[in-house]
Amino acid sequence: MRSGETLIPVLGVVTEIRRETPDVKTFRVSAPGGGAVFPHMPGQCAMLSIPGVGEAMFSITTSPTTKAYMEFSIKQTGLLTDWLHGMEPGQQVAIRGPYGNAFPLETELKGKDLLFIAGGIGLAPLRAVILYVRHYRDNYGKVDLVYGARSKEDLVFYEEVSKDWASSEDMQVHLTIDRAQEGWEGNVGFVPDFVRSLDFSPKCSTLVCGPPIMIKLTLDALWGMGFDRTKTFTTMELKMKCGVGKCGRCNIGSKYVCKDGPVFRCDELAELPDEY
Amino acid sequence: MLKLPVSQMEELFASIASEQSLYLPLETNGLIAFSRWEEGKQARFDQLHCAGSVKDFFFPQTENLALFKTSGKEIHIEENRDPEEAFVVFGVRACDAGSLSILDRVFYDEPADTFYQTRRRQGLIITVACNAPEETCFCHTFGLDAADPGGDVAVWLLEDMLYWDSRTEKGHALTERLRGLFEEAGDQGEETVRKGKADIGKIIDRLPLRDLSLERFAGDGMMEKFDAPQWESLQEACLGCGTCTFVCPTCHCYDIRDFDTGHGIRRFRCWDSCMFSDFTLMAHGNPRPSRLARFRQRFMHKLAYYPENHEGLYACVGCGRCITKCPVSMNITKVIKTLGVDQHA
Ligand code: SF4
Ligand code: SF4
Ligand code: FES
Repeated sequence: MRSGETLIPVLGVVTEIRRETPDVKTFRVSAPGGGAVFPHMPGQCAMLSIPGVGEAMFSITTSPTTKAYMEFSIKQTGLLTDWLHGMEPGQQVAIRGPYGNAFPLETELKGKDLLFIAGGIGLAPLRAVILYVRHYRDNYGKVDLVYGARSKEDLVFYEEVSKDWASSEDMQVHLTIDRAQEGWEGNVGFVPDFVRSLDFSPKCSTLVCGPPIMIKLTLDALWGMGFDRTKTFTTMELKMKCGVGKCGRCNIGSKYVCKDGPVFRCDELAELPDEY
Repeated sequence: MLKLPVSQMEELFASIASEQSLYLPLETNGLIAFSRWEEGKQARFDQLHCAGSVKDFFFPQTENLALFKTSGKEIHIEENRDPEEAFVVFGVRACDAGSLSILDRVFYDEPADTFYQTRRRQGLIITVACNAPEETCFCHTFGLDAADPGGDVAVWLLEDMLYWDSRTEKGHALTERLRGLFEEAGDQGEETVRKGKADIGKIIDRLPLRDLSLERFAGDGMMEKFDAPQWESLQEACLGCGTCTFVCPTCHCYDIRDFDTGHGIRRFRCWDSCMFSDFTLMAHGNPRPSRLARFRQRFMHKLAYYPENHEGLYACVGCGRCITKCPVSMNITKVIKTLGVDQHA
């Protein structure tokens, strides 16, 4: 019997595993009878666990417009993620969610020119948004993606980004890597510098995701270019246990990242103590 | 209001315990704690605070959540709730009773915590007025009244008589069941209780923490408090032991862990503490890396963050447990006094 208790996970089945980079893999997960395990909106997360190994929060990298499955792109960083990286298709996982808010795609972002800026694995949550926006393409204005990683091999979803997205009429893709390398014809340099060089209109609504230091420097670059904090969104990542604002672990001031985030508008973030 | 001679309290306990588990302040190994009452056990109302708080009944230190069985690539998931029981906690003080409304707001917030919810449904609280509030008591600071405690039933122990006033549906139902034991308190009884309350009020007025004021904490001034230079000296002696969080009736941080039982993995939750250095530790860093940051978190949560999310309600009930238990004599009243003065004076 199920009580609907959010702390108790349900079953998911890993149906496909793709290697994205030397330390990132994408896992496709469906409900045992097929289909996404639960509905979600882009930006929301799920708790994945392997009993006896651990449980952690991961962003859902697919859009709710994909009904057949959900995907998670996960970087290998510790016990649980080591285990996940070692598993094979057919493995069952315990999953609960969705948790957190989402990017305001049906409200504040609707009809706007969108500038996505991602660093490394930070493209995972933004991919959910981009897939959603491309599905409902007429609801949004111009779409640009600036995406960077240490090297070409560290760009996640490389095929999809460089082939499908870059060649589509729907959007403009601007790639950069930190250091020059054989066979790379795109930009070389850090994301914040690249953003400065690209001359975007500060009127865009901007979504920034990536490692904390990349987010910080990118936001500084945006403020320097006259971007508006009330139209700039980013995501936060803190340690989590419950996912529902009760266990007391993931707060920044009075906000719980698991419940009030992970998506924050930068003017709201500026009000909070600098504890992230 | 009803009454019963204190000499007949055993009978009252026995009647309650005939249908519900009854917990009372009992002495075991020199410690007075809420424990299951059995015939012949002496209730101890002479000490105001039990070692643990009433929170332990609704949000126990550890509790089971789920059981997993794994074989090959397959996982079987089962809910694993600890057995439910209808229970009565008798002898809860105003402060602890007040802590439940603070916890309710956290655990009832959607999605509600069904473990907590079930226990709250099953549990009945009988409070006892504090005839002699102590020098570590400051529940009055949070609008609680030691002379008129909340709960499903409130009890006064005055002049060898127990006065019984039921206040909720649950309380009325229990009273109905026990009705034969009681007599009407009558006007004289009401008068005795009124006088008892007034006497308690006089003691409260003379308490050393009587004038502890939160005035300077109300409103938006709290972010200024976050940056206050006084945190440095306040946190200096703190050991980060977490004692204050475990004895506190309103602290509710928890962890979720797995345990291999040998025939399945049991997932349980247990109390955790924001005072511990690994509480927020992640692979790529720690947002509260210093003891100062962790110390500040505990008090900012109670005095600023919680009130911001809950219409100004503070997450402290002034029970004073942290005052008596902290090994280095640090506590929330020192924080309130120190930060309550002008920051830059
Ligand atoms: S304030 Fe006292 S009880 Fe609390 S963690 Fe510090 S030393 Fe321990
Ligand atoms: S902070 Fe101290 S006085 Fe306040 S409720 Fe907790 S233990 Fe009691
Ligand atoms: S993960 Fe428990 S409060 Fe956010």
